[in-house]
Amino acid sequence: MLCDSCKEREAVINLTQVEHDSKVTLHLCEQCAQAKGVETGVAVLKSPLGGFITAMGKGATSVLPTTDGLRCSSCGGTLKDFRDSGRLGCAQCYEAFDAHLRDLLRRLHGSSQHVGERYVVPGDVDTDPRRQLLDLREQLRRAVENENFELAAELRDRIRVLE
Amino acid sequence: MIDLSLLPDGGMSWLDASGPKGSIVLSTRIRLARNLQGYAFSQRARDGDRSAVLTRVEEAVAASDHLSGAVTFRLDQLERADRQLLHERHLVSKELAGLDREARPRPGAALLVRGPVGVMVNEEDHLRLHGMRSGFALEEAYVDLEAADADLGRLLPFAFHPEFGYLTSCPTNAGTGLRASVLIHLPGLVLTKEIGKVLQGLSQVGLTFRGLYGEGSEVVGNFFQLSNQTTLGKSEEELLDHLGKIVRQVIEYEEQAREVLLRDHEAIIADKIWRAFGTLKFARSISFEETMNLLSGVRLGAGLNLIPGLSVYTLNKLLIFTQPAHLAALEGRSTGDPELPTVRATYVRRVLEAEAG
Ligand SMILES: [Zn+2]
Ligand SMILES: [Zn+2]
Repeated sequence: MLCDSCKEREAVINLTQVEHDSKVTLHLCEQCAQAKGVETGVAVLKSPLGGFITAMGKGATSVLPTTDGLRCSSCGGTLKDFRDSGRLGCAQCYEAFDAHLRDLLRRLHGSSQHVGERYVVPGDVDTDPRRQLLDLREQLRRAVENENFELAAELRDRIRVLE
Repeated sequence: MIDLSLLPDGGMSWLDASGPKGSIVLSTRIRLARNLQGYAFSQRARDGDRSAVLTRVEEAVAASDHLSGAVTFRLDQLERADRQLLHERHLVSKELAGLDREARPRPGAALLVRGPVGVMVNEEDHLRLHGMRSGFALEEAYVDLEAADADLGRLLPFAFHPEFGYLTSCPTNAGTGLRASVLIHLPGLVLTKEIGKVLQGLSQVGLTFRGLYGEGSEVVGNFFQLSNQTTLGKSEEELLDHLGKIVRQVIEYEEQAREVLLRDHEAIIADKIWRAFGTLKFARSISFEETMNLLSGVRLGAGLNLIPGLSVYTLNKLLIFTQPAHLAALEGRSTGDPELPTVRATYVRRVLEAEAG
């Protein structure tokens, strides 16, 4: 649908207003919506990273060398995959692409330093019996998957004791 | 057909209008994005890993203090109408419900709910915990959520980085993983044409707005969802405080706008509101979109005490049950039934007549 205002560009936001006796829906392009004083947030909605990823890729606005081929050894995803999809493949991608992501996070959030709640991963020595049980069950599933039946039997015994 | 009575409160308590500022703010919703160590993020993960993630989440939920006894909905096993129903109740995103495509959601896509807290599994992130409250209630919504998050964080290893915080599939959510949204009705600001300025102001203070159904949805019926734009570099409390402060200001602007309308244009406003009410009450065929827009006018009338004897609860109920999947379920129709607009008009009339007594 074309923009109701300029009739030139594709309409990307529908602004519905009740005027007089009827509701009026304006279909606006991003430029016209902004001109009317509505911050559309469309760029953000369409691709959560908007122009950031493109800017990263162009290299002109980024001081970082183009390293599209950079690959995360954990999930196999590349920096190019991320630029295409806007989604990272796994948590290790944050390590693999860390310089790029730090730069991007600063531009997105104004900072790359988390100051919220500090999370501590439950450790191996954690004595919470509930967690031990969940861990054992997970190990058991993996043992069965790998057809390590000896280990599986041992794990089953330990699970039975905890249960 | 799924049995929604399985949900402890039918998933409706957040719309009961009992919360603070209930006539202007419909609901408050906060979500936390979390991922498990050792698995690719949901979109890149193989089906087997997605199922393994769901199993681990289900086990942890069953062992937790705050979520044990939660009801599980496996979205890959639900018919489209049921998935749409859960989406219309704001319990799952359009994406997780797979409403944009023909194919069913992939294995592992699930929703676990207990009370005001829900967990979407294998959406963009492995876990999306959300808490909903009626009215304007950021603190209360966060208390519920924080307890559930702490619980699960002790039982599952979340992906966390000392510098970047909680790691998420999309870097726009990294850090706290927290997005808080307030669903607010702003007809006064729209009618006085102040809304553009207000929305523009929001982006300058780091907030963003969306339509009734969240990301990518359009603004209809003057319902806006206001939420924080950034998630990193500020603590959870700072993010909530900031949003709360701005929303209080927006509520104040809306109240002022309504006063101005009443003072300077009462006859025009009253006419608009009663026409909206009249159409709702006497229409014989009506679309959901038109229903929303008319409800917007009537809701303003109830808020200004121009329409006596009409509760905000009734209006909220209409807002939920005139949605296609809800109406179809209620009246034993299919969501594609061409008679749905007629059925909707009848339903609206019945509810309004019952309310009038
Ligand atoms: Zn235009
Ligand atoms: Zn990776």
